[in-house]
Amino acid sequence: MIRFEHVTITYPEAEAPTLVDVSFEVPEGELCLVVGVTGSGKSTLLRAVNGLVPRFSGGVLAGSVVIDGKSTADLPPRDLADVVGVVGQDPAAGFVTDYVEDELAYAMENLGVAPEIMRRRVEDILDLLGLHEIRYRPLASLSGGQQQRVAIGAVLTAGPRVLVLDEPTSALDPAAAEEVLAALTRLVHDLGITVLIAEHRLERVVQYADRIVMVPGDGRPVIVGTPAEVFGQSSVAPPVVELGRLAGWSPLPLSVRDARRLAGPLRERLAEVELSAFRRTPGVAGDVVAITDGLQASYGPVTALRGIELQFRAGEVVALMGRNGAGKSTLLNHLVGLREPASGTVRVMGAEPHRLSAHDVVRVAGLVPQDSGVLLYHDTVAAECSASDRDAGLIAGTTRSVLDQIVPDIKATAHPRDLSEGQRLGLALSIVLASEPPLLLLDEPTRGLDYGAKQRLVEVLGRLAAEGHAVVIATHDVEVVAAVADRCVVLAEGEVVSDGPARDVVIHSPVFAPQVAKILAPLPLLTVHEVELALAAVGDLPIS
Amino acid sequence: MTAPRLLHPGAWWLWAVALAACALRTTNPVLLCLIIAVTGWVVVSRRTDVPWSRSFASFLRLGLIVIVVRLVFQILFGVRVPGTTLFSIPEVTLPSWAAGVSLGGPVTLESLMAALYQGLRLATVLACFGAATSLCSPYRMLRALPTVLYEAGVAVTVAFTFAPQAIVASRQVREARRLRGRSDRGFRAWSASALPVLEGALDRAVALAASMDSRGYGRRGGASLAVRRRSVGLVLLGLVALVIGSYGLLDPGAPAMFRVPALAVGVIALVGSLAAGGRSTDRTRYRPDPWVKPEWIVSVAGMVAFASFVVAARMGDALNPSTNPLEVPAVPIVAVVGLLVAALPAWFAPTPPTLATAATSMAVAA
Repeated sequence: MIRFEHVTITYPEAEAPTLVDVSFEVPEGELCLVVGVTGSGKSTLLRAVNGLVPRFSGGVLAGSVVIDGKSTADLPPRDLADVVGVVGQDPAAGFVTDYVEDELAYAMENLGVAPEIMRRRVEDILDLLGLHEIRYRPLASLSGGQQQRVAIGAVLTAGPRVLVLDEPTSALDPAAAEEVLAALTRLVHDLGITVLIAEHRLERVVQYADRIVMVPGDGRPVIVGTPAEVFGQSSVAPPVVELGRLAGWSPLPLSVRDARRLAGPLRERLAEVELSAFRRTPGVAGDVVAITDGLQASYGPVTALRGIELQFRAGEVVALMGRNGAGKSTLLNHLVGLREPASGTVRVMGAEPHRLSAHDVVRVAGLVPQDSGVLLYHDTVAAECSASDRDAGLIAGTTRSVLDQIVPDIKATAHPRDLSEGQRLGLALSIVLASEPPLLLLDEPTRGLDYGAKQRLVEVLGRLAAEGHAVVIATHDVEVVAAVADRCVVLAEGEVVSDGPARDVVIHSPVFAPQVAKILAPLPLLTVHEVELALAAVGDLPIS
Repeated sequence: MTAPRLLHPGAWWLWAVALAACALRTTNPVLLCLIIAVTGWVVVSRRTDVPWSRSFASFLRLGLIVIVVRLVFQILFGVRVPGTTLFSIPEVTLPSWAAGVSLGGPVTLESLMAALYQGLRLATVLACFGAATSLCSPYRMLRALPTVLYEAGVAVTVAFTFAPQAIVASRQVREARRLRGRSDRGFRAWSASALPVLEGALDRAVALAASMDSRGYGRRGGASLAVRRRSVGLVLLGLVALVIGSYGLLDPGAPAMFRVPALAVGVIALVGSLAAGGRSTDRTRYRPDPWVKPEWIVSVAGMVAFASFVVAARMGDALNPSTNPLEVPAVPIVAVVGLLVAALPAWFAPTPPTLATAATSMAVAA
């Protein structure tokens, strides 16, 4: 169905090709997962399927991409609309109309589908993706998961045989991600649609994949195979696979269900260990750095926060979790003084952040926003660093030395836009950290990060907390919460619904529990690393 | 009370254009304020939940700017009208080649009032267009257009979306400046954020274009290039002729040739383009908006207002009150009644489906 033959893609002004001699084939009706570290060329590969690369991006594509017998060299994306449907990372950026129904019909109107068939197909898609309740709603009013499903529906109505999705769940909370993935598996199983999907959070999708295309980056050849084959030799793997490797299970489990069936002996063995000794000890919580008292916020008629009472202490890492739109970002914006409370107070180091000047606020609180790139607007890394020193009135070289501790080996002459996602986050983080704010806030820091970059971030955050920063991360990523958070605050509808030690909060939640916890329940272990420590203590590693 | 639905976009635009035409025929501040009030009232009662619907306030602000600019220009460069002098600014004697342009001098109440009336008239026209975009988004208007016009229209909508997206991007950039410890106020902050804002908005526009293209926008279908060119040429001719014709109708001083003949040429060219292009384009339309009773009420309400202005002008009523000598503007009853009719859509147009009504109508259906 999808055939890449010796495809090499070079962007204009790039030193080396992004993809080199890529050849693979995806048969009809398969769900194929594209994995790889950030910046390895996954998005380029996906956008080449319907010819958006190179027609929209510029550059040169050598070799051929053939979809359902049609070559992208001959046909522009618009003439492939009835063969391939493409959904981008940010569904809202691709919406043309204002209402759900109009958006669903848009592609069919372009294709000239007869009105009565159009009507019927819209109804079918509404049912298939569970959108009938929101059919008359304006697109702007939808939640992230709903928007993503509408975007999928909007390309499906054209009746494509191939669906291409670039990180469809990266911005979604765990429940909304399940919603989208369930819809996708249904399309594969019930309609035989071929799906090509890129995703960083393998733990969410790997169990549904029939085939994996691993893009290693740096011009090395792609690896194609079944999940078990590819993960046998790959460094990029979800926690369930890593646990399987640690325990020596064969075949490697890909889903929590498979792993739980194999995990009986492991659970028995671990039950003998006094587990409390091997848990990561929470940092010693120090003085209160920030405090909110009856904090309320609203956007027009919508109340975003309803009386938030929270304290953040020096030396602790707090995870802020909750659905899309639960008020996480709003809370962070208040803590850094971007918004003024509608009522109630926010105090950081005794001051109300929204009353401080920009120059003073960075000394008490720093925020790395969701899209960390918006903080960067100079030509080179060196220019960013010296501008940051100047802005905050620091000794020249401060930011650069912070950067070297977080992500070493970034070239000073590199353009921030050419850095990988993880390096860019590191640069933004060091700019914020340079003025040593006692309160450090991060909004969705792991979006778009591969496992290696996430691991490094976790280490950096742990170190910052040990140095006495209060760290608050708003995130949907349960694995990162398991790895780094001491305390977990769950927000819903602008209220705090639970606040306690991270382990207690996530372990019993069907939505927020990490994979290892689900596999080993009722044992209170959250990460593969903890299992490793526990096994080493018993003195028999590995067991089978 | 009909079920919540969206009114045909053509009805709203007819209504708004009729009110704008009324505004162009008068400088009577009472009538102009009444037109703004009517549009505002209808917008508040019948606007939708989409982001566009908040544009009315921006149009009003723009109108305010227009009035201020008009007044400032009158004070600095305006023709000196004799009358009650309010204050004087130093007069600059210009060289002989600039004869006719005056700079400075006594500023009279009469000249300021004349400028105010003219500025208010422009602001009112802006309010009418603001009302139209708030009541139905430009995209919906586009759907109702003939297929041949569609492609040009989409380009226009994308251009329209650039402005709100640039506003979002500029907010982001200013927040980012604050997070980096730079001042987020003042001229320097604004000028330094211009480039990232433009970049951000352009990125979004390109993402939208890619999404539209991969969903089949602009497919050639079976039409040959020659046929497409012919129909596009006819469309352009028709549009230009229509614009000239409407201008002729709106401006009572325009030459007669610019009125009905220009309109006729425009209509013929457009019909011709439909005939030429209609056979070849493959676009279809999903659930076209019906044109039934509420649509008639809304468009006729606008027409009645316009007719009342024409009648008021014939009856010699004061549509253009004198500013020299300055007098309290009279209130032409006929025109006021016409405008009250134009407010009827606030009650007779169907309510648009809002979040709340979408939920309740669902509950009723279930």
